[in-house]
Amino acid sequence: MPQPIPDRIEKKILLRAPRSRVWRALTEAREFSEWFRVNLRGQFGPGLEISGQVTYPGYEHLTMTVRVERMDPERLFSFRWHPAAIDPKVDYSAEPTTLVEFRLEETPEGTLLTVTESGFQALPVGRQGFAHEANSSGWEEQLKNIERHVASHPSPRA
Amino acid sequence: MSPAIRHRAPEPSSLFAALGDPTRLALVRRLSGGGALSVTALTAGTRISRQAVTKHLGVLSRAGLVASERRGRERLWALAPGQIDEARRALEQISREWDHALGLLRKLVER
Repeated sequence: MPQPIPDRIEKKILLRAPRSRVWRALTEAREFSEWFRVNLRGQFGPGLEISGQVTYPGYEHLTMTVRVERMDPERLFSFRWHPAAIDPKVDYSAEPTTLVEFRLEETPEGTLLTVTESGFQALPVGRQGFAHEANSSGWEEQLKNIERHVASHPSPRA
Repeated sequence: MSPAIRHRAPEPSSLFAALGDPTRLALVRRLSGGGALSVTALTAGTRISRQAVTKHLGVLSRAGLVASERRGRERLWALAPGQIDEARRALEQISREWDHALGLLRKLVER
């Protein structure tokens, strides 16, 4: 049964490290570059754009650019980017971006990190491809999600 | 080409926009049972005109969500899973990439 494409990816991971450590790994460009496999030049800051060459094997010809939205120390870090902008010949700048959010919560075992990427459904037809994994909810559930979303964000009729 | 076609409203640019209309959503819901239905069947029991249903099916078709096939004197419409399936495969890929990146993050902060 085909299902519509969900609008967000959510990942949760428990990291056995203090929040301050996780915050640094997320928001210091050099550390972020290491685990995200990119070579960002400059610094993260609210409203700032930062780019760098991708170091992921096979994708070194690509440049990645993010625009930081929020930096609430040790709580929330968010940025917007063009998901999987994998064709260097294509100008993605006019396309909608997805929003990536990192939320940090302290737990007795360490830091619970929740990562969400949202906004896939606004991408042009044929580009939703870079959205999240199919979840287990069915067609009916997804339609309800769309209906709720549509109710709060009316779009022009064709 | 008739003026009516040339001057029609711009097409929605996204899958979301194609589904962002109660009538189109209802059509998708109707077709989600898996069968192929004619415009007559899709119009039956509704207050929507055949013309309106045909127009909405056109929008869904251009977004890659439905496809039609002529059978005898009728045209039958069904959901076209191709686009959605392809998108989902790519979604799975990006999801795996997040898993991998977060695995590297774990190594970095836990060492």
